[in-house]
Amino acid sequence: MSYQGKKNIPKITSDRLLIKGGRIVNDDQSFHADIYMEDGLIKQIGDNLIVPGGVKTIEANGKMVIPGGIDIHTHFQMPYRGTTTVDDFAQGSKAALAGGTTMIVDHVIPEPGSSLLEAYDQWRQWADEKACCDYSLHVDVTHWDDSVKQELDNLIKEKGVNSFQVYMAYKDYYQMSNSELYEVFTFLAERGGIAQIHAENGEIIAKEQGRMLQMGITGPEGHVLSRPEELEAEAVFRAVTIASQTNCPLYVTRVMSKSAADIISQARKKGNVVFGEPITASLGTDGTHYWSKNWAKAASFVTSPPLSPDPTTPDYLNTLLASGDLSVTGSAHCTFSVAQKAIGKDDFTQIPEGVNGVEERMVLIWDKAVTTGKMDENMFVAVTSTNAAKILNLYPRKGRIAVGSDADLVIWDTDAVRTITAKTHNSAAEYNVFEGMELRGAPLVVICQGKIVLEDGNLHVTCGVGRFIPCSPFPDFAYKRIKARKQLAVLRAVPRGMYDGPVSEFSMSRGGTPSASARTSPTKQPVRNLHQSGFSLAGPPTPEDAPIRPPGRRIVVPPGGRSNITSLS
Amino acid sequence: QSFYADVYVEDGIIKQVGENLAVPGGVKVIEANGRMIIPGGIDVNTCLMKSYLGTQPVDDFLQGTKAALAGGTTMIMDHVTPQPGDSLLEAFERWQEAADKKACCDYSLHVDIPQWNENVKDELELLAQDKGINSFQLYMAYKDLYQMTDAQLYEAFSFLKQLGAVVLVHAENGDLIAQEQRKILEMGITGPEGHPLSRPEELEAEAVFRAITLGNRVNCPVYITKVMSKSAADTITQARRKGSVVFGEPITASLATDGSHYWSKNWAKAAAYVTSPPLSPDPTTPDHLHTLLACGDLQVVGSAHCAYSTSQKAIGKEDFTLIPEGTNGVEERMGFVWDKAVAMGKMDENQFVAVTSTNAAKIFNLYPRKGRIAAGSDADIVIWDPDSVKTITAKLQQSAAEYNIFEGLECRGGPALVMSQGRIVYEGGKLQAQQGTGRFLPRKPFPDYAYQRVKCRNQVKSKQGVTRGIYDGPVYDVAPTPKYITPAPSAKTSPTSHQPPPIRNLHQSNFSLSGAQIDDNIPRRSGHRIVAPPGGRSNITSLG
Repeated sequence: MSYQGKKNIPKITSDRLLIKGGRIVNDDQSFHADIYMEDGLIKQIGDNLIVPGGVKTIEANGKMVIPGGIDIHTHFQMPYRGTTTVDDFAQGSKAALAGGTTMIVDHVIPEPGSSLLEAYDQWRQWADEKACCDYSLHVDVTHWDDSVKQELDNLIKEKGVNSFQVYMAYKDYYQMSNSELYEVFTFLAERGGIAQIHAENGEIIAKEQGRMLQMGITGPEGHVLSRPEELEAEAVFRAVTIASQTNCPLYVTRVMSKSAADIISQARKKGNVVFGEPITASLGTDGTHYWSKNWAKAASFVTSPPLSPDPTTPDYLNTLLASGDLSVTGSAHCTFSVAQKAIGKDDFTQIPEGVNGVEERMVLIWDKAVTTGKMDENMFVAVTSTNAAKILNLYPRKGRIAVGSDADLVIWDTDAVRTITAKTHNSAAEYNVFEGMELRGAPLVVICQGKIVLEDGNLHVTCGVGRFIPCSPFPDFAYKRIKARKQLAVLRAVPRGMYDGPVSEFSMSRGGTPSASARTSPTKQPVRNLHQSGFSLAGPPTPEDAPIRPPGRRIVVPPGGRSNITSLS
Repeated sequence: QSFYADVYVEDGIIKQVGENLAVPGGVKVIEANGRMIIPGGIDVNTCLMKSYLGTQPVDDFLQGTKAALAGGTTMIMDHVTPQPGDSLLEAFERWQEAADKKACCDYSLHVDIPQWNENVKDELELLAQDKGINSFQLYMAYKDLYQMTDAQLYEAFSFLKQLGAVVLVHAENGDLIAQEQRKILEMGITGPEGHPLSRPEELEAEAVFRAITLGNRVNCPVYITKVMSKSAADTITQARRKGSVVFGEPITASLATDGSHYWSKNWAKAAAYVTSPPLSPDPTTPDHLHTLLACGDLQVVGSAHCAYSTSQKAIGKEDFTLIPEGTNGVEERMGFVWDKAVAMGKMDENQFVAVTSTNAAKIFNLYPRKGRIAAGSDADIVIWDPDSVKTITAKLQQSAAEYNIFEGLECRGGPALVMSQGRIVYEGGKLQAQQGTGRFLPRKPFPDYAYQRVKCRNQVKSKQGVTRGIYDGPVYDVAPTPKYITPAPSAKTSPTSHQPPPIRNLHQSNFSLSGAQIDDNIPRRSGHRIVAPPGGRSNITSLG
């Protein structure tokens, strides 16, 4: 495929960079060393490196050098009812780089009924034109039929997509039934995909929305009232169950509440392969703002699942992130202007959903988790970058500072203090859900594809340099365990003599048969045939074993009579 | 509490409890010799008339209630199981007629709701208000037959809550079961072991969790029938800890045996264990359930007695999905709870009475008429012998089924004497039950045990909108193509179609200013037209 891999990269061979005196922090260890980069790759790591002359040198002065962040969940330039989100790939990836994130993974959202491949091509085109940093894509599966299966096959094998999101919410739109989820998960498990899930019970939400509107609650507070966190937890629980039945790795996008996070940690404790992704907003703020008197402000917090009104939620999620129960962080950056949000000014169900967060993600986690002592710097690297790379099967190309890895890295300033405000952020949105928060920690220098994009507070980005990074299926991080279990979980029938006792007469006309059983007749199975030939050997009838038969019951006696295998054991 | 006293019974009712009672002459005296006298058991879950593909269980109301009495149970609550499309009322009347003719002990009925539609609502109202039914069962399993969607369950919960009924839920994820069944049949597994393999306990736990979530949303008491696995029981425990009003009912089978028998080489034996949810293959399950029962996390014990003969079970001899589901247990229920919980020291005798009788009477609003020994209560009394030892076998049971799933188990404790409606029906191993003496007990809605908390929460939980300035900034003009975009519910319940609150009217009169919302198709990603209202941007939309 001509789309694959590198394309339209400007000549960057002249880009030779040396970072001296930094402390390299990977997810597993930290050490002092210099880094030499050339052609967008890390070429050497160590002390006293032999480098060509004329190399630009950055003096890190003992500061942390970390792998660039990977924001595993964005919605740039997302179409919504004829408008698009205000941050396109240029604006969005610029904001990402400003926040120390050097790769984003955007969601392709085809309209239900339309082609996944076409939507994928469309997104590729938008992103290739504008993205300032490398990117990958998730594809959302918004409907399910045989043509979708073929397209998925194609996407996995040819197009470099290994993660697919399905929805348990948005009734009559994106929502899938349990049976469909089961089929999708089974399909993905066979082909090495990651099943991402938007977990909320859409059926009950629809009911609750109707109830709220009936009660006259039409403002943004109706959003959170109609989507209580229980419904999120319920759906997570159900998704975990389905994934465990189908032996498919599960990835829960947007973990917004304590109870949903608890379900994920419980499932992990039971051994399920499940990953949870809290987002910047759920880690940094809470849902009390839905009750703001300022409609526009309240509406800017609208996202699904909603932010929890419980103000202790962010702290709790940061703790679980630190302990490893939640694995990765995204931003779910999906910004609408106030005018766009106002589509739902008379009806909260019409408010476009999405919050900002791509720029604030790394800083916020540093402030809430690392400076508070919950998390160490290595774990910080794991949850902001390395784990994402592992899930997407991009490790160690991304998510690690090592020889041969991409030269995406960040020199992190642990002491900087900044106040978040919409006036200075790089997003085009009028509101910032983190408005007024004072956050410690910031990227000092950001290097993307071996080029300095942020230095001394100045951002130098070039639109269109972002490359699509194809992800291959069966990432070890998720599939090693799955494969081992597949071998263990083989079910076997009990070889037993055929029952040849009397059978009551029954009528199928009552419609009492579960539909599944009617379709598959067991006589087709070879293993059964062996049995059936053997069963004539079963002994002669033993009348004294005949059970007490209730009177008046008609019994069909087979020609061979009752054999002893039906007697009491 | 337990205390020593004499009990005087007349006309089927306990008249006096105390010492040195003044009683008329000629009274038959039973010497209890210090043995325990307990309220007769109430078996909250039996299916004595649940037809399956046109065949009836071998234990009808006569056989079933005889077995109940022999085990110390003096009241049963049977499930009326109409087929989808049947009238609930007619089904109820059929059950009542059959039971009135045959039952040997008092009984009451649950009605199962096989499908949800408008007609059902009227019938439910009638049943709840005139017929004395306060408990209805809903199914989350049996896809394409009884199963309801989450939205239907939500409606049913809301409706039943208004009636003050207890919502019984058969909790298993039917969608996934159907998928698993197909998969397992395709693998060539057609015997009874396919039954537990296709219904793993996870699916039970998942459905329990979902049912509880629904119950919380609607603020309605939820009663989980047939708690068969550890994980389902744990889910209930956790929910109770969080304050949900939820009750759990383990059954005799889940308390006394396990699902390892599904792998028996004897087909007929394996098939005898088939019930849904299935018995857990984990042999530590009964013990765990007893512990939860003892500490109050599970409240009542049923039997789910639904006995089919081997030849009936053999309907599914080539396909486990066709095996009629049901196990015995009405006779063994009290004995096993005593043996496994009281005799083991997990539970005291008072809790024993609570889980076998009193809690059931409370949940279903029969207390203190049933479930208590007090002046004025019904004379359903059992003298319990904690020392008797009996080996369970199909040869000695009252049930007509050929198999007893507890075959060979030794059971300490049993009734020495059973009195139903003031008559001795079982004494010294002899049963003297009289057909047709059982009365139907109507039950009132809104049992305090379940609804007191719910009522308080109703008052606390009322929600209010935020009064705020009306947004009058610019609004994007969107193509109102509800084909995909609008979630259907919001399309259905547009605020204009309801009685809008006064403040809303002000809005709506303003709203026409913002111009044609019903507009032509705007091509995607074209320039966005912004409709600016005449007043321009007001300061309420500014940053703040």
